[in-house]
Amino acid sequence: MTAIPLTHILVLSTLLFFIGVFGFLTRRNLIAMLMGLELMLNSVNINFIAFNKYLYPEQIEGLGFTIFIVAIAAAEAAVAIAIIINLFRTTHHIDAEQADSLKY
Amino acid sequence: MPSLNNLLLILLLPFCSFLLLGLAGRKRLSPLAGILGTTSLFISALLSVHSAWTYFSSTSSHKPEVAWSMNWLQFSDSLSIDMGVLVDPISMMMLVVVTVVSFMVHLYSLGYMKGDERFTTYYAYLSLFTFSMLGLVVSVNLFQIYMFWELVGVSSFLLIGFYYDKPSAVSASKKAFIVTRFADLGFLIGILILGHGAETLDFNTLIARLTDPSSPWLGALSAGSFLGASALTWGLLLVFMGGAGKSAMFPLHIWLPDAMEGPTPVSALIHAATMVVAGVYLVARLFPVFAIACPVALDVVLWTGIISSVFAALIACAQTDIKRVLAYSTMSQIGYMMFALGLSGYGGEAGLGYTASLFHLFTHAFFKALLFLGAGAVIHMVHSNEIKDMGGLRKRMPVTHLAFLIGCLAIAGIPPFAGFFSKEEILTAAYAANPVIYWIALITAGLTAFYMFRLYYLIFWSRESGVSNAHPVDEHHGEGTISMKLPLLLLSVGAVIAGLVPFGNYVSSDGTPLHIHLHIGDAVLPVLIALTGIGIATYFYKTESSKPAKLMQSMRVFYMTLHNKFYIDEIYLFITKNIVFPLIGRPAAWFDKFVIDGTVIAIGRTTDRIAETVRVMQTGRVQDYALFFIASLITLAVFAIYLFH
Amino acid sequence: MMDPSLIAFYAISAFILVTGFMTVISTRLFRSAIYLLFSLIGIAGLYFLLEVEFAAAVQIIVYVGGIVVLIIFSIFLTNQGGASMPFPHLIRRNVGAAAAMAGAAVVGTLAAAYEWHPFPITFDTSMSRIGHMLVGTGEGSLVLPFELVSVLLLAAMIGCIVIAMKSRHEEK
Repeated sequence: MTAIPLTHILVLSTLLFFIGVFGFLTRRNLIAMLMGLELMLNSVNINFIAFNKYLYPEQIEGLGFTIFIVAIAAAEAAVAIAIIINLFRTTHHIDAEQADSLKY
Repeated sequence: MPSLNNLLLILLLPFCSFLLLGLAGRKRLSPLAGILGTTSLFISALLSVHSAWTYFSSTSSHKPEVAWSMNWLQFSDSLSIDMGVLVDPISMMMLVVVTVVSFMVHLYSLGYMKGDERFTTYYAYLSLFTFSMLGLVVSVNLFQIYMFWELVGVSSFLLIGFYYDKPSAVSASKKAFIVTRFADLGFLIGILILGHGAETLDFNTLIARLTDPSSPWLGALSAGSFLGASALTWGLLLVFMGGAGKSAMFPLHIWLPDAMEGPTPVSALIHAATMVVAGVYLVARLFPVFAIACPVALDVVLWTGIISSVFAALIACAQTDIKRVLAYSTMSQIGYMMFALGLSGYGGEAGLGYTASLFHLFTHAFFKALLFLGAGAVIHMVHSNEIKDMGGLRKRMPVTHLAFLIGCLAIAGIPPFAGFFSKEEILTAAYAANPVIYWIALITAGLTAFYMFRLYYLIFWSRESGVSNAHPVDEHHGEGTISMKLPLLLLSVGAVIAGLVPFGNYVSSDGTPLHIHLHIGDAVLPVLIALTGIGIATYFYKTESSKPAKLMQSMRVFYMTLHNKFYIDEIYLFITKNIVFPLIGRPAAWFDKFVIDGTVIAIGRTTDRIAETVRVMQTGRVQDYALFFIASLITLAVFAIYLFH
Repeated sequence: MMDPSLIAFYAISAFILVTGFMTVISTRLFRSAIYLLFSLIGIAGLYFLLEVEFAAAVQIIVYVGGIVVLIIFSIFLTNQGGASMPFPHLIRRNVGAAAAMAGAAVVGTLAAAYEWHPFPITFDTSMSRIGHMLVGTGEGSLVLPFELVSVLLLAAMIGCIVIAMKSRHEEK
């Protein structure tokens, strides 16, 4: 379906990515930050698929990388949540502002 | 032509011995160290005598030849530095002198240094010195000679400061190092001038280029004028400055008497027989350039030599430390060699001075090493360097007494001992060249006989009872072991017969044999003067009396001047303390402290302050880092895309 | 008349962006997670629209069925289900917004300014092709990354267990 211009899809993914960035930068809750991260990963996925479909339709490696990114995102989310739970258990909060024991 | 393998072996044996003893042997080889070093030197000495024998007996005309050469550093097509072995009469002669005397000293040290806790280190240093000195004498180019020159300087420094827990030894080693370094600076600049002008560092090429009157290199070097002398003159004078520093010529001699703080065998080897004559060797090596291209520089050599000679002889008369007397006599004798070189011409009969100088170097090595080793035996026995602690030792130490007497006769120039022949040649050459020099040299010869016999009588005669109570004789020591007596006897033989070598047949300024005829008539006056000196010494010092003290009283000012070595050390101290330190040292220190150090410290402080400021960015909050990251990324992207695309 | 697929695209895009934005500004964590869920479903819809059904299926199964559930789980584990979150610092929010907008502006301008030349052939995403790509050994197949990802997943699983495990010291 080539009626949808590629540029529009790219703009969509860009906006989604920076929404994720905004979330990552501003949320104080670590789980909420993780959500921002998921949005960023998804916008990348959209780009992969869009470029693959529009510019190199004879190949499907873009799709393959989307699948890998999903797998890695799953692994990353699991590890991040494990860390968050461990942090919660030791400090009884998951506030990114307060988790600053690595400062100078 | 001696075999190359032998020549390389002569050099490498001491070097291997140094490596083995210095690196591996500290603990394990300790009992063997002396044997090992002595054996390797013994082989070395045999090989050198054999090489010299084959060399001198093979041909009659001896031109310098490069026996072996290795391209070591290739800087450009025209400039490369080689390491090699040069074979010519003087290098062969020096090989023999160095290895033989070094072997004697190694052997002697077996007894003298026995029980010293740094015995192995001592032998390692001795081997290092021997290797460096051998490398110096076979050098094929100026750079190689400079390298080994510095190496002998270092080994001399190490050995002077061998008893490093003695403050006087430490300061003496520093003094020797600094004074010779200062002279070597001149040497280096001289090398650069000559090397730049002749576009080569190789001796043979250099000499060939700088002695041919039509060569463009000689023309270029002698054309310009700087402070009234051409570049060639300056180069040669600076090279001679290095030689004067090493050979303790006036006014760079101040380190030599202090260098006597080292172990006595070391003084015998380094500060009497070998290293200190390196300056003479250097001038002899470049002699054609001096003689043909630049007689002015040769005049400087002449006057430096004669002044040092008489100056040191005067001081030696008033010293009370046995080794210092010998040190000043060394300086005086080297002055003899220097002025003999200085008054010599190139080639034929005019080159008598050259032959005589090297002949004297040859004989002097034997009798001076003998005197030092004899003095070492005395010091070993009475545990003191002061003459007043000695006296009447002739019955206790018969071998040493005999050896010392032979040494004294040899240095005084009494026939038929070695010193007579070489000194006679020098005086003949001087008589032919310049009567003033001849008379000064004669007076010096008389002084030499006087102070040597003064020393001899004060040690072995004077007091009959023997040794003062302050330093009781260690009866267990006796005269020392056989390893100490043997070198004395061998060197005594050398001091007697070394003069009979037909030296002129072998060593001459232009490589062709020079037949020397000594006239009995010429020899009468010098021998008479020497005998007079001996006679005066006998009158004053043979038996203990108040005569010397009276003499001292009557010429008090003169005596004190001599005793204090013409106050040269004090003058240097005055100059350094009152002129060099405040005018150069302090400003340099100030500059170093506030400008150079200040810059460095300021850089450090600035870094520190910036870091202190930047540190607060490390908040520990992950979102701040992410923000910095993204902001920087965007900035970089904008720059990359819009400004530099 | 606009193309129906274009209209559908705009609708889906709006949905994704709005729910995505709500995800990052909602003050209640649980609601945030639900918004994220909808956003991800919207992306799956976009994949359907682009006729990449396999990606859409993976999106729904892994993201919606796996990751979001995991996130909700962790919300409950940290006892914050209904709690409203503290507001971010004002400075941080403004700076973050500025950074995000600047980035969006830069990248968006770039994307819009470049003239793309789509390839007019159909994008074949049949299952067998995808299968050959993922575990085949021919040209352009990704069997090595595939295996690596499986190792990564195993490592992540072990890592999670180790990190989240209660240490003995704590139990006492």
